[in-house]
Amino acid sequence: MISAFFVFNQKGEVLISRLFRADLKRSISDVFRIQVISNPDVRSPIITLGSTSFFHVRVNNVYVLAVTKCNANAALIFEFLYRFVSISRSYFGKLDEEAVKSNFVLIYELLDEILDFGYPQNTEIDALKMYITTESIKSEMAVREDSAKITIQATGATSWRRADVKYRKNEAFVDVIETVNLLMSKEGAVLRADVDGQIMMRAYLSGTPECKFGLNDKLVLEKRYIQNKGGLSDRARADNAVELDDCQFHQCVRLGKFDSDRSISFIPPDGEFELMRYRSTTNINLPFKLQTHVVEPTKSRVEYSIHLKANFDPKLNANDVVLRIPTPLNTTSVNCKVQIGKAKYVPAENIIIWKIPRIQGAQETTLTAEAQLATTTHRQAWSRPPIDLDFSGKSPL
Amino acid sequence: MNGRAPPRKGENFELRAELNSEYRDRRADAIKRVIANMTVGKDVSGLFPDVLKNMDTADQNPLIRALAIRTMSTLRAEKILSYLGDPLSRCLRDENPYVRKTAALCVAKVYELKPELCVDHGFIDVLRDLVGDGNPMVVANAVTALSDIHEASILAAQNGFGGGTSRGEDDEESASPTIPAQKFIIDGPTLSRILLALNECSEWGRIALLNALAKYQASGPEESEHICERVMPQFQHANGAVVLGAVKVIMIHMRNVQRQELVAQLIKKMAPPLVTLISSAPEVQWVALRNINLLLQKRPDILANEMRVFFCKYNDPPYVKVEKLDVMVRLASERNVNTLLGELKEYASEVDVDFVRKAVKAIGQTAIKIESAAPRCVQVLLDLIQTRVSYVVQEAVVVIKDIFRKYPHSYEAVIPTLCPNLDELDEPEAKASLIWIIGEYAEKIENADELLAIFLDGFKEESYAVQLQTVTAIVKLFLKKPDHAQAIVQRVLQTATKDSDNPDVRDKAYVYWRLLSTDPAAAKAVVLSVRPPISLPNTTVAPAVLEELLGGISSLASVYHKPAATFIGKGRYGVDEMSKRRADFEDADTSTQKALETVVAGQKSENLLDFDADEPSIADTSIGTNTVPASFAPSSAAIASVAAAKSPLDELMDLFSNSNLSAPTNAPGLSVTSPTGPSMQAAAAASSPFDFDGLAGFGGTSTTKPSGAPKAQSEDLLGLF
Repeated sequence: MISAFFVFNQKGEVLISRLFRADLKRSISDVFRIQVISNPDVRSPIITLGSTSFFHVRVNNVYVLAVTKCNANAALIFEFLYRFVSISRSYFGKLDEEAVKSNFVLIYELLDEILDFGYPQNTEIDALKMYITTESIKSEMAVREDSAKITIQATGATSWRRADVKYRKNEAFVDVIETVNLLMSKEGAVLRADVDGQIMMRAYLSGTPECKFGLNDKLVLEKRYIQNKGGLSDRARADNAVELDDCQFHQCVRLGKFDSDRSISFIPPDGEFELMRYRSTTNINLPFKLQTHVVEPTKSRVEYSIHLKANFDPKLNANDVVLRIPTPLNTTSVNCKVQIGKAKYVPAENIIIWKIPRIQGAQETTLTAEAQLATTTHRQAWSRPPIDLDFSGKSPL
Repeated sequence: MNGRAPPRKGENFELRAELNSEYRDRRADAIKRVIANMTVGKDVSGLFPDVLKNMDTADQNPLIRALAIRTMSTLRAEKILSYLGDPLSRCLRDENPYVRKTAALCVAKVYELKPELCVDHGFIDVLRDLVGDGNPMVVANAVTALSDIHEASILAAQNGFGGGTSRGEDDEESASPTIPAQKFIIDGPTLSRILLALNECSEWGRIALLNALAKYQASGPEESEHICERVMPQFQHANGAVVLGAVKVIMIHMRNVQRQELVAQLIKKMAPPLVTLISSAPEVQWVALRNINLLLQKRPDILANEMRVFFCKYNDPPYVKVEKLDVMVRLASERNVNTLLGELKEYASEVDVDFVRKAVKAIGQTAIKIESAAPRCVQVLLDLIQTRVSYVVQEAVVVIKDIFRKYPHSYEAVIPTLCPNLDELDEPEAKASLIWIIGEYAEKIENADELLAIFLDGFKEESYAVQLQTVTAIVKLFLKKPDHAQAIVQRVLQTATKDSDNPDVRDKAYVYWRLLSTDPAAAKAVVLSVRPPISLPNTTVAPAVLEELLGGISSLASVYHKPAATFIGKGRYGVDEMSKRRADFEDADTSTQKALETVVAGQKSENLLDFDADEPSIADTSIGTNTVPASFAPSSAAIASVAAAKSPLDELMDLFSNSNLSAPTNAPGLSVTSPTGPSMQAAAAASSPFDFDGLAGFGGTSTTKPSGAPKAQSEDLLGLF
């Protein structure tokens, strides 16, 4: 499997290097530096030279790299590299050159624990934090006692949870975070609309509680599957039940149970975690409609007319609406006019930011703007990146 | 370690005394000091054995026991290995699962260095027992270690010595040929243990277990069904590698499932998780897309309703976009073709040149795949030509040529739109395509002779592909309109035979000349013969290779769409290996060999890049020269036959251009994209100089290699033809 693991900075200097197998030399890092970091035209996340394969992921200003000499499992390696990134974030806030440099020892210690002989081991952050710490060591007796527990937990069937959690007040919170992905043609027809949802849970529960989770009573995962069992589907539709195309669960959820009777049962980790992730393509109501008219009448000017319509019930409000409207790279100044909210040009990001503190359902408003462009000798066509819209919703209660 | 006697005084001497102290805390302090000294760069290597003694695999703290055994097995030194036997066998039977799971992997590490040690101590049998352990992580690591040992011992057997695979300094001792291969074959009871542990294991453990299940030979349809049913829930796992692992197991065991409704259910359940993978991290997405491409080659219906999911997002990395295009074309059907064309047309107006070209190509592939959509595709292509963006126009011309080859005489009306763009074409492929079209429809184009004359004027400056096409096109013109083209045909044959420095162009011109002068009727029969229409292949790899790759879903081989032996190992992928492989597959046919041999050609050149800091480059070269004639000789025929079927230039260029495998993105329709057209077939088999050029060019650019190697390689190739 993974023969070597490296972290590079942007200049190609090795920050972390760990060899797990004898089939490679440390100098292999030079090859990566030459072939990938100093090569401006890399078009693949995996490079194979001879029989050596390099898998890399770029995060902030560092490259995280795994090297193998075999027919490795590519998906596993990338999942592992991303897991390393998330573990690093959890331990020291972010993963960048500075964080790596100030946490060398910790990173090596972590690497030894999460990767053995090139095979990923326990990567549960909660479990790792119990025995890989930056704190000074406690009394030897306590350590010995804890260690026994830790090791049982780290390898057990519920590796994500300590057995002896105690709270005076047992409580759990559930947050639903949804991202609407929308692809619309120039003519305004919806090509693709789906919702990626995340259910985040914060559980502060004592002992090893057995939890069950339901969505609108019936989680209609597969329409046809349920139809076969008798007219449930019609009722589900009438109830406006959640129809999910697919869902993924945290490893605490019993997949076999879900497969057999659609129930989500689990023993949660302590604290915050992502319980499930889902995807849905039905009953998607688009909260906003955006009509854009962007023209380039001359080479030195771009004219915008952005019309925003809140597409939801007039009784509801959307708060903190933020639109990010891209401008060409050679923009010198932008003159914007808005009916509500505030809009200004942010040269550093090449965007116009339009902020509306609150917009009511069915309300409409327009932004008009004119961008002045500097003349450049070598003018590449402007790629017209998409406009980004963020908002938060609150129920009227 | 140094052979000098240890000094009698100094810091290291004191440290040694401390390390051997009877008091635990003093030893601990000493170790801290040793590490501190090491950190600041002092030489503490003399203390190595003393530090080692302090690794206590009998400590009360299980974390320490595990750490000790892990560290000891990581040190790659012969001396330590001999100390390791007892502690390791103790740890393998430790009461604590954490220690056991760590020790299990240690066996694989030791086997890599000194296999006979594992056999002597019976570690491998202990591992087999551990597969039945009560703790799922221990089971997973035992399976992992056994699989690792299995691979290593097979590799060792292939390499002709029984030792480990390491090329480290301890190699010479381990080369005892008496060690039997340590195969890991799952039996019935083991299977049920693995299936049981699967649901309780950590994500990485699940992947290891799924890998093992993929290798299991089911005893019958019932067992296959059972495995599929037990593995299916893993589709819902959050880790993409687990999902792909489950897909792999199911694709393998589904072959034996006889209940059709179960197969249908499996296929239906497979689709949503595959779609979900398309919203993961870009690298995982790319791996998923490459594998989905393979899955669709086997089961085109799997994602029939999901094409929209593969629409490119603005911020997708280029490598993801290109793969999505491929998958979209695979999913194109009469129902969704309008949406697809709208989408592809949008892509063709983006700024990334490479992506735009691929999008235009995809339009052509759609036209060839779906006959009823061809008129709309042609219309979109014509719209794109109107944009007059140079690379769009050139790619569109190439694509339209392919459409002509699929639907002859259906779209002649577009020819007048194409011809005015003649001056703007500067790429050989586009030029050659347009010339082919003019030649093919010479009787319908009034000023065909004038158009072709333009190319004839600059004949010597043109690339060989364009020269060859010009010769053929003008001969066609002459055969169709003998009265008008007498002068021009003589001029072209004269120029080609006298001025061209390319033997193919000269030969081709001579052949035509002789044909025309001896028997014009025969010339007509040969040059104007009706050619079979091209089609879009359903698979990009041979059926047997496809099965092999599907059995390794999410592995590097399946990402590259090439058998693993073509890029790992040291070029030991000769005829024997191929015929052995062929025997492994029940449904193997000659196409396997053909395909494998074709990839060998690519792999040969890749091996030139095989950097191995240790081995002198001369050794590499000699390996190359020794093995090449043996494994290459039969494949030359295959290459030639492939070349005749497709286009040799493209085929080989493609192989070489992909040879550092940065992005194996050959379009699915290789045969479609050939620039030269079927009229080149006569010359195809003999176009070795092209191949040679391709290789020499490649050798020249490979900076990591001494110049000797490419030279030897190209000489071999020269000898072949």
